Amino acid sequence: MTIIDQTASVPGPSDGGADAPLLEVRDLHVEFHTRDGVVRAVNGVNYSVSAGETLAVLGESGSGKSVTAQAIMGILDMPPAKIPQGEILFRGQDMLRMAADERRKLRGAKIAMIFQDALSSLNPVLSVGYQLGEMFRVHQGLSKKEAKARSIELMDRVKIPAAAARVNDYPHQFSGGMRQRIMIAMALALEPDLIIADEPTTALDVTVQAQVMDLLAELQREYHMGLILITHDLGVVADVADKIAVMYAGRIVEQAPVHELYKRPAHPYTRGLLDSIPRLDQKGQELYAIQGLPPNLLRTPSGCAFNPRCPKAQDICRTDTPPLFEVTEPDGSALPGRRSACHFWKETIHG
Amino acid sequence: MAEIRKDEAVDATPNVTEVDVVDAATEDAAVVALDKRVDRGEPILQVRNLKKHFPLTQGVLFKRQIGAVKAVDGVSFDLYQGETLGIVGESGCGKSTVAKLLMNLERATAGEVFYKGQDITKLSGRALKAVRRNIQMVFQDPYTSLNPRMTVGDIIGETFDIHPESAPKGDRRRRVQDLLDVVGLNPEYINRYPHQFSGGQRQRIGIARGLALNPEVIICDEPVSALDVSVQAQVINLMEKLQDEFDLSYIFIAHDLSIVRHISDRVGVMYLGKIAEIGTDVQIYDHPTHPYTQALLSAVPVPDPDSRDHRERIILTGDVPSPANPPSGCSFRTRCWKAQDKCAQEAPLLAIPERFKGADGPAAHESACHFAEEKDVVHAA
Repeated sequence: MTIIDQTASVPGPSDGGADAPLLEVRDLHVEFHTRDGVVRAVNGVNYSVSAGETLAVLGESGSGKSVTAQAIMGILDMPPAKIPQGEILFRGQDMLRMAADERRKLRGAKIAMIFQDALSSLNPVLSVGYQLGEMFRVHQGLSKKEAKARSIELMDRVKIPAAAARVNDYPHQFSGGMRQRIMIAMALALEPDLIIADEPTTALDVTVQAQVMDLLAELQREYHMGLILITHDLGVVADVADKIAVMYAGRIVEQAPVHELYKRPAHPYTRGLLDSIPRLDQKGQELYAIQGLPPNLLRTPSGCAFNPRCPKAQDICRTDTPPLFEVTEPDGSALPGRRSACHFWKETIHG
Repeated sequence: MAEIRKDEAVDATPNVTEVDVVDAATEDAAVVALDKRVDRGEPILQVRNLKKHFPLTQGVLFKRQIGAVKAVDGVSFDLYQGETLGIVGESGCGKSTVAKLLMNLERATAGEVFYKGQDITKLSGRALKAVRRNIQMVFQDPYTSLNPRMTVGDIIGETFDIHPESAPKGDRRRRVQDLLDVVGLNPEYINRYPHQFSGGQRQRIGIARGLALNPEVIICDEPVSALDVSVQAQVINLMEKLQDEFDLSYIFIAHDLSIVRHISDRVGVMYLGKIAEIGTDVQIYDHPTHPYTQALLSAVPVPDPDSRDHRERIILTGDVPSPANPPSGCSFRTRCWKAQDKCAQEAPLLAIPERFKGADGPAAHESACHFAEEKDVVHAA
């Protein structure tokens, strides 16, 4: 990991008041230097999560949602990745300017991550009990025996039946849903303040998905954790999120509280996504489809990255990159938490 | 449809099932029968008690069979000309095995698949080849189902090498370009390789390959689940357009229930190798009577945050049992909240439940449950 120059101005630690966000990402950029050129995967992302809050990051593959999460966790491979600018503040401290070992103390203990594919994220040659216990042995220096007892407790917590009997089983002996529960247990082990869940249920069936999301929500309430949920499923987002950030081509194109976003999208991309969900009254009709393809990040279109696919695109969209505008009511009164990166957000939201 | 040349070599593959030796005359008759068109509203494909058991063996030299994975265990349904039949279910319920059996890519353990009255599980040689021309498949993963070393032209044109009667040699390139145009790709892309296309475009290539031989039935095994949300709608629209244009019948296998509802005329719900419930889209989605269908529908996240607080959700406990050792009686009873002693002893048959028999309402459709009861979970407030 690159250690960034310590002499740079470090923002003072916040007072830790109740309103201060747990995690704040400010103007984050991530690039990958490849043989074909520089891929700008994340281009100035800002978001924040408070304790007990769920932020859903919605986007298609290649939109930069997972890369942002990996940058927060500090698990990006650098090189080829590079973070040319930006800040990631955890309780007011910039994690990008921390020493590697300091950051290591946060990872797992304060911020934990749940990965998408539980089968490939667990080590197939170690028992799940050993892998769960590793958290306690490494971070808290518990003995093997104590660690195993704690692992059984954890497996009980995530409702794995017969935990004591299964603690020595290997990952392949569990079903997909149970494996994902083990991933959740591992993330919860040290009772972190923030959990990042990267597509936690994408590989699961709907009935199991419902079980896992339920469990996650219950544990979040119990521990009052912040949750960043990365997904492309508009249904899951509607069920659990408090606020939403929609990403497209490495930028946040819209931010809104959950109820607001579904009722009145302020960006044509969000509107397109919502319109392309099959609805009952549209049976037999053509589905609305966003034309074209997601952009190649090696050659992001000039101006607004969405302009080649946007039905409302004008000349200004092809030349000027829209900033993240504050969205207001037609009479100018504020809509807290709403932003849209569209030159024509007024037309999009207010018709 | 083109005629089959008489001098064509008969497929030499021995027929593995115990079928009477097919002589040339009956084979000719079979091929002729397959060329007839089926009227709209008539069944084009009839599946009867179809089973596929994969043997579990032990030992190296003398492989003893110690059991069987009952991937498909007695499935019956009809596919009518011009309709779309959706098949939904969780992973491992046998959806994809059904697709392979319908294509005759797997030999059925028991049961029949009648295509225009011919049992295709018993066919071989020329007659089987003629069937295969008429039933085509679109696969789930557009990244692995296209050969990376072949150009798009070769991938689609390969179908004409296998069925040379369907397009004259000199005409093939033009046919491939026409097909690319039909599925919304630039015909000039004919010399490109699969890696030069995005996921949605690749799925269009897969669809073009499926269409190449003018089939009557296309079996789509999860055709959009590997695609990005914004691209899924494009592919679904394309498939609906092609269905109207070429009068196709679809079997649409998917786990996304809202997409299945959008495209299907009828829907079958599968659980552990059996069909739990089958009916029209309104019957299944608005008037489900099987508890599994109800649980499945209630678990689907609804993209409307206002509904989340007052929606009734049935959260099933546990996982799908292993198809190698399914529960006795009703296979769903281990996760069912209505299960009683009867469910463990007697396997319920797929039929219109007794209590709805006289009724004319939408609840009167086939459901394999002893205690079938109507419950609207989608609109439950």
